[in-house]
Amino acid sequence: MSKEIKTNKMQGICEQSGWRELTEGGFVYGEGNSAFFNTGDWRTKAPAWRPENCKQCLLCYPVCPDSSIPVENSKRQDFDMFHCKGCGICAKVCPFGAIAMETAGKEGGRE
Amino acid sequence: MIEIRWHGRGGQGAKTAALLLADAAFETGLYVQGFPEYGPERMGAPITAYNRLDDAPIRVHSNIYEPDMVVVVDETLIGAVDVRGGLKPAGRIVVNSSRAAARVSEEFAGFEGEIYAVDAADISIRCLGKNLPNTPLLSVVARLSGIIGEQEFFKVMEGAFLEKFAAKPEVVEGNMNALREAWNGAVLVNGDRDE
Amino acid sequence: MSKKNRMSGNEAVANAIRQIDPDVIAAFPITPSTEIPQYISKFKADGLISTEFVTVESEHSAMSACIGASASGVRAMTATSSAGMALMYELLYVAASDRLPIVMAAVNRTLSGPININTEHSDSMGARDSGWIQIYSENAQEAYDNMLMAHRIAEHPDVMLPVMICQDGFITSHAIENILLEDDEAAAAFAGGYDPPHHLLDPESSVAVGPYSVSPYVMEMKVAQANAMIRARKVILDVAADFEKTFGRGYGLFEEYRMEGAELALLIMSSAAGTAKVAVDRLREKGVKAGLVKLRVFRPFPAAELAAALKGVRALAVMDRSEGFSANGGPLGAEVRMALYGKADGIKTINIVFGLGGRDARVEDFEALYGELAGLAGKPAADIPYFKHMGQRE
Repeated sequence: MSKEIKTNKMQGICEQSGWRELTEGGFVYGEGNSAFFNTGDWRTKAPAWRPENCKQCLLCYPVCPDSSIPVENSKRQDFDMFHCKGCGICAKVCPFGAIAMETAGKEGGRE
Repeated sequence: MIEIRWHGRGGQGAKTAALLLADAAFETGLYVQGFPEYGPERMGAPITAYNRLDDAPIRVHSNIYEPDMVVVVDETLIGAVDVRGGLKPAGRIVVNSSRAAARVSEEFAGFEGEIYAVDAADISIRCLGKNLPNTPLLSVVARLSGIIGEQEFFKVMEGAFLEKFAAKPEVVEGNMNALREAWNGAVLVNGDRDE
Repeated sequence: MSKKNRMSGNEAVANAIRQIDPDVIAAFPITPSTEIPQYISKFKADGLISTEFVTVESEHSAMSACIGASASGVRAMTATSSAGMALMYELLYVAASDRLPIVMAAVNRTLSGPININTEHSDSMGARDSGWIQIYSENAQEAYDNMLMAHRIAEHPDVMLPVMICQDGFITSHAIENILLEDDEAAAAFAGGYDPPHHLLDPESSVAVGPYSVSPYVMEMKVAQANAMIRARKVILDVAADFEKTFGRGYGLFEEYRMEGAELALLIMSSAAGTAKVAVDRLREKGVKAGLVKLRVFRPFPAAELAAALKGVRALAVMDRSEGFSANGGPLGAEVRMALYGKADGIKTINIVFGLGGRDARVEDFEALYGELAGLAGKPAADIPYFKHMGQRE
């Protein structure tokens, strides 16, 4: 065994991996590896951001349970659809109608 | 192989005596076993302890059923426990007793081997200030077993006591005195002395 | 240099632990293993070891603490018996699945009920499917030697499994016997150190231990664990070979005692093997072709090796010091039959359940058993019962 720092993601372990490829004891290496987990495919409804209505008040950002609203330079960006589960809390808190929940929800999933 | 069975009551030190005898025998280069009857020890309840001493490695791990020597630490056990059970016909019995030789001998009527009595309680009370009969008996058994000489035995035991009583070294001298007094303190109660 | 000494099995194991000086010991006292943590506490108080001794409120906590310590990358040990081991059960499986090389000094005692403190293998046999390597000791010397080897087996990169070193409660744990103790430096050098590549407290490499495994992973996880147990067989032999080279005392997966040309054989574990060997010696003197196999390593189970060793025996008694309540005898009996079936057929085999609750087994009992085996050798297999009990009052 080597001392190299490795993550399961870097080792390419997934549900198709053979038994020899698993880590010993199922150890999960590396921090923050939930970022690799696609929870975007849990959605039945997807939020759609309408920048034309958005005042960048950032009320939506702190309420997102999945940290799926990226913020850069104090301005929110478009949704992280790889992780957004489509809960709709952001749409509920938005005072300006800048977030709409749409049912055809799987689009937009990206890594 | 010499096999010895100790009969005592919980708290009288029969197990400790067996372990110390094993210590002494070990120092002479023998292979030894010293073990109690396996079970919960309860103060006053009859207990048994055993010794095997041999010049070859000892493999057997059972209790002793046909001992060469039986040591009765508490004579009130005679009758309550079959202390003579399986004792070899030419074996020896050592009894802690203050009674007259004839009375001790009567207890083992028909036994053809040698019966020794020692007033271990008296020696203990005089040397240690309390009734701990195991120390004097240990000395008697060590001599009768023939495995160790007098001076070597005292030397080994002094070392063992200093370790065992590291927290109360003041009792070592009393224990040593009890050993010294008991070495020749046993009386053959059923015949002429063998030496 | 080996030094002659005399001590009880518990003291011998405690001395091995002192020489190994593990990082963490978490233990809860239970007869007859209590003396081991007692000695450790004294060693600690006397400054003889640097071990962190964790006093816990139960054996469940003891094994939990060992798991946490081991996952943090240090050597963790415990000692227990009987109900204490039973209280650890949940965690025994976790330790093995997490591939944590914890070492346990197990002092075999009857698992209640009826409640009893004397020896029986029902405690460790109950844990036989937990994924722990199990090594059994005949006497204080073997308990000491096996303990010195335990960490190197457990921590070997091909293995990474917990190990329990078993000895019989009271019969060896509390009996003073002769023993050869190795020098502290030599023993410590043999046991070596432990420096796992990954552990919980490494700031350079974060790791999560014991994650929930969804079904797509569980089968593969257990196959990997099973393969580690298969590989352990060779590692156990390699470590034993190095031990023999270093200290002169040799060990295998099992010991064959006077098996040359043996027609009647016992397969037996732990302290009773010594008593049975005396019976073999007596019978050989009378010209009876008696032999004995003493199983040392029960997990991994050396099935193929046993079949090879027993081939040619006419009648065999497999001695179980625990009742499996399978209505067909004990666990060792079942596994030995498994080993022989189709590989060494034709051996007239009976499983004997004996010595429960410390019931004494004498040399004479084993001599009589060999006599029975001689009778079984001439019987049709259909007439031989799967098992019987030995030593009980009728």
